[in-house]
Amino acid sequence: MQLMEPGLESPLTREFDVARIRGDFPILDLKVNGRPLIYFDNAASSQMPQPVIDRLVRYQTTQHANVNRGVHYLSETATAEYEEARCKLQRFIHAREAREIIFTSGTTDAINLVMHGYGRRFIGAGDEIILTTLEHHSNIVPWQMLAEEKGARIRVVPVNDAGELLVDQYEALFSERTRLVGVLHVSNALGTINPIKSMVAYAHAHGVPVLVDGAQGAPHMNVDVQDLDCDFYTFSGHKMCGPTGIGILYGKAELLERMQPYRGGGDMILSVTFEKTTYNTLPHKFEAGTPPIAAAIGLGAAVDYLLGVGMESIATHESSLLAHATARIGHVPGVRIIGTAAAKTAVLSFEVEGVHPHDIGTLLNQEGVAVRTGHHCVQPVMARFRVPATTRASFAFYNTIAEVDSFIESLRAVREIFVP
Amino acid sequence: MITKSLYQEVILDHNRKPRNYGTLGNATHQAVGHNPLCGDHLDIGLRIEAGHIHEIAFQGESCAICKASASMMTTAVKGKACSDAETLIREFREMAVGTLNPGGPHHLGRLTVFAGVRDLPTRVKCAILPWHTLQAALDSVATASTEAEEDPMHVTIGDA
Repeated sequence: MQLMEPGLESPLTREFDVARIRGDFPILDLKVNGRPLIYFDNAASSQMPQPVIDRLVRYQTTQHANVNRGVHYLSETATAEYEEARCKLQRFIHAREAREIIFTSGTTDAINLVMHGYGRRFIGAGDEIILTTLEHHSNIVPWQMLAEEKGARIRVVPVNDAGELLVDQYEALFSERTRLVGVLHVSNALGTINPIKSMVAYAHAHGVPVLVDGAQGAPHMNVDVQDLDCDFYTFSGHKMCGPTGIGILYGKAELLERMQPYRGGGDMILSVTFEKTTYNTLPHKFEAGTPPIAAAIGLGAAVDYLLGVGMESIATHESSLLAHATARIGHVPGVRIIGTAAAKTAVLSFEVEGVHPHDIGTLLNQEGVAVRTGHHCVQPVMARFRVPATTRASFAFYNTIAEVDSFIESLRAVREIFVP
Repeated sequence: MITKSLYQEVILDHNRKPRNYGTLGNATHQAVGHNPLCGDHLDIGLRIEAGHIHEIAFQGESCAICKASASMMTTAVKGKACSDAETLIREFREMAVGTLNPGGPHHLGRLTVFAGVRDLPTRVKCAILPWHTLQAALDSVATASTEAEEDPMHVTIGDA
């Protein structure tokens, strides 16, 4: 009998029922300051559904031991479950092979791995790295550290007033010395979806590999790394209903094989003497020490959950939330939306004339509404739009139109406190 | 409840119409305060003569809590001895972090409208920034009397 893989969408799960979905997220029943929680800080971290929580409990109560070493039952079970999680992640982003999936502690860790493993080996004095204005600090700072160490140079792709990359200027930045492109799939601050496939194709025509920071992409859309043809793709578990402390580096096997290890230690070796150490094969070469086993298995369960809901359904629902919120907030006086790209995920960054974002955040919290205020770890974006900070509402598939309406009413009330 | 009591009329009024807002042409002491967490910054200038704050002015970009705190601070310390200002700085900081006994003796007067920040850990820094910056200005080299040009002392609160 052919068992259906839990990761595959069945026609029965296609119908999107937000009330049923909300029932899977116990934290959404929380009251904050006496009001029902409205959680609009999903771009910072998403919430965890009961099946993922249950999976973590099942692992800890019946399957836990260290992986890749013991010959006993629990170690074999933990190893099998850990590797099964890797296969789930492989299928989730359509990687060719499971060994192209490296478990890291998160997106930041994954980018640092590429900086050390690839950058320090293949980027030298006078070489150039192309980044974009939209990058999160985590895809800027590691490259600055490398540039400083090696005497390399960082070139930056500018954006237009809508927050879209200027593709002609991106192409104009390429030179004989370009060695790597780093670009985020989706802007965490503005929601802009970047044209990754064509940017990758252009870079490859110049023999340049591309690292895509997918932290805000993977949770919200179907990602096919073979179709994008990117060389590296990084993302985090906790932004896609999984645990914190786990993230993914996808890399093309031939690149990962040419890279030097990032951390040395147990598990990443085949043999060690004081004269010479032989490194382990992929993916273990990059997973020194005991990995976050429970978190990896939890992330595998999160992937099952997301695919059960359906990435297309998720994208459709989130897009309707964004459209509704964008229309409604446009009627609140003094509001300026920061980030109006044609292709956007459900991120609404804005400023309210005469009201500081931190005051908005504190007063919305009074009404149970959780939003992010600040520079969102993208100070170059804030500088580009000449704002010190913004307020950001970021939606997930378990949010509702009613929540958006309630948020807009609270925002009106906040504004009236300051601008009577 | 907690929050609403913090955003009371006196704070909103100082936010809308900050007192002593601007720069001093004849400052003897100055400092810059910065909160990288929210991008807020604040310049404070003082004219100190004979151990007293004769003039004080501030300007900058900040949230309502920070701006009102700065505005009310300037009215509280203007004309006072530097040592009295330092007592207020200490008491304000203790109030903001919740270690001051509001029933006990203190000199804060109307500044107790900021007592509510102790329940909002992320906002404590907003209220305290002006006071840290004032302390830095008091500690700074008197810029008007030095021969070499010295950087005013910088204060940074929070982490990015």
